[in-house]
Amino acid sequence: MATLSEKVWERHVVRRAAGEPDLLYVDLHLVHEVTSPQAFEGLRLLKRRVRRPDLTLATMDHNVPTNDEPAEEISARQIDAMARNAREFGIRCYPTGDPNQGIVHVISPQLGLTQPGMTIVCGDSHTSTHGALGALAWGIGTSEIEHVLATQTIAQTKPGTMAVTVEGALPAECAAKDVILGIIARIGTAGGTGNVIEYRGAAIRALSMEGRLTICNMSIEAGARAGMVAPDQVTFAWLEGRPFAPKGAQWERALDDWRSLASDPGATYSREVAIDASVLRPYVTWGTNPAQSVTIDGVVPDPDALPDDTRESARRALRYQDLTPGTPMRDIRVDAVFIGSCSNARLEDLRAAADVVRGRRVRSGIRGLVVPGSMGVKADAEREGLDRIFRDAGFEWRDAGCSMCLGMNPDILRPGERCASTSNRNFEGRQGPGGRTHLVSPAVAAATAIAGHFASPSDLR
Amino acid sequence: MEPVRNIVGRALPLARADVDTDQIIPSHWLKRLERTGYGPGLFEAWRKDPAFVLNDPRYRGATVLLAGANFGGGSSREHAVWALLDAGFRAVIAPRVADIFRNNALRNGFVPVEVDADTVASLVAAVRLDPATTITIDVEHATVQAPWPSGDIRPRRVLAHAAPRRSRRHRGHAAPRARYRRVRGEATGVAAARPIAVLR
Repeated sequence: MATLSEKVWERHVVRRAAGEPDLLYVDLHLVHEVTSPQAFEGLRLLKRRVRRPDLTLATMDHNVPTNDEPAEEISARQIDAMARNAREFGIRCYPTGDPNQGIVHVISPQLGLTQPGMTIVCGDSHTSTHGALGALAWGIGTSEIEHVLATQTIAQTKPGTMAVTVEGALPAECAAKDVILGIIARIGTAGGTGNVIEYRGAAIRALSMEGRLTICNMSIEAGARAGMVAPDQVTFAWLEGRPFAPKGAQWERALDDWRSLASDPGATYSREVAIDASVLRPYVTWGTNPAQSVTIDGVVPDPDALPDDTRESARRALRYQDLTPGTPMRDIRVDAVFIGSCSNARLEDLRAAADVVRGRRVRSGIRGLVVPGSMGVKADAEREGLDRIFRDAGFEWRDAGCSMCLGMNPDILRPGERCASTSNRNFEGRQGPGGRTHLVSPAVAAATAIAGHFASPSDLR
Repeated sequence: MEPVRNIVGRALPLARADVDTDQIIPSHWLKRLERTGYGPGLFEAWRKDPAFVLNDPRYRGATVLLAGANFGGGSSREHAVWALLDAGFRAVIAPRVADIFRNNALRNGFVPVEVDADTVASLVAAVRLDPATTITIDVEHATVQAPWPSGDIRPRRVLAHAAPRRSRRHRGHAAPRARYRRVRGEATGVAAARPIAVLR
């Protein structure tokens, strides 16, 4: 009897020896411009080639401007290096300007490259996103990127297993973002360390693929090695007909195989956590790590009332965020709203936000940014007229990229600015030095842009 | 890469929990194409505060970082390890080190040591009392040692409190154990580090 993650792991073991990490085969290696240049340089120095260019896909996302302005010189060098390395080593690359370009974790599921049962690695911690389709996917460092490029394998210690079971039905205003923020609030930023989290239960089954991608995306924010959802009809319906998905007889064979991946009944996990979906509410983070959150009806907590081991962090966070205990979250005003990132920039996310802003105006003085996760998502959204809704409301409508998620391209907060963001990290300075980030769902981000302070859609009249 | 067998050096009592890799090296440093030169970016934002411990001249030359739980979480950027190495650090001791950071550390000969929170607190107390305190990390035998500053009661009390509680809790398990003993009239703490992975 084995769990989903154990099954995928065991299928990929190339070599196993006592006291050593397992050597695993990698089915798909995703590459972007920021963490790969030193790895390609390592290959050149040792006169090595990329072993499986056909299992490697590159794009540009972190560093790229998402408007018409040119990249600054140092970023342009890195973007050029990605294009040059892809050419030199024979890797397929979707550069800026390509209709398939986008955030690496958005384009791969969208193209049907991410498939159940695969091992997927990428030099980016949010590789956990791909687990939503039943792949075992995790982030790696640059030395490991070089190893995978050269060998298509990776040495890893076997992770533990953890089940997070969310039963019941989600309340009306709750999105996938609120489920994962609720989970992280419960288990903490290191709650998943050493483990692959498998998300289970009726509330997870009821989620769309987009929602599952949001949840798996933030597994790393709970410290987990990866996050996964067992493939089911939602998965198969998402994949069918996508450019890289199997076709014809291969599709039928793939379905049989994918159906066998689910955890065996009676398989045991090293840790199990149960969450009641019906008590979840829209969440807003108040602090500087993703576990520091309250529901939108809540108030900024008093550090003195928090458990010992989180008190000092909370005090520091409140100083950085310039917040006073007892302040209702709805009373906190924002300067910027960012709807984007590998966490929440897929079509469903943009639809949810557009539903809220339709016919309304962004509060004056607030900078609102909508950044589709991929040029494909952008095209789909424009076919539905979502761009018009956002533009008419006063949002900027951008090209695809990581944008204001991580403060390494022109989209940054100014020091002291406060942002409601659908991204996944509220670390100090994450969106620019001195910037203050509050993580929320797309619907709450949209409502906040209209209200000028944290708000849920039902607060708007 | 040369095998790392032990690390002997003074320590920096950072003593903060949830130190994410964005704090260790901010993202704008990641635009560079090199593996070296990240030292000046280490804890760049925090360093702007003159009172930040890395700016304290008493800890200049420290090679061991003492941190709170969940060190190195967040982004997979190996640049975090490169920045620490570049700034002269060779190891971090924390109650928990994040998985990707740990992998990156091991690929670069930077030693991630996990010990229980009480032991980290004791080490921090000792180093704050005497910044010249030398910490020895024996990688081969997975132990951490530090002599406690003589003539002070406080760290010994911490030790006396910590030792029996931990050994009871972990009796019969292959979990980390902390042993404490007196050597040559001074209290010396020997904490068994959790075996982290094979160094190669």
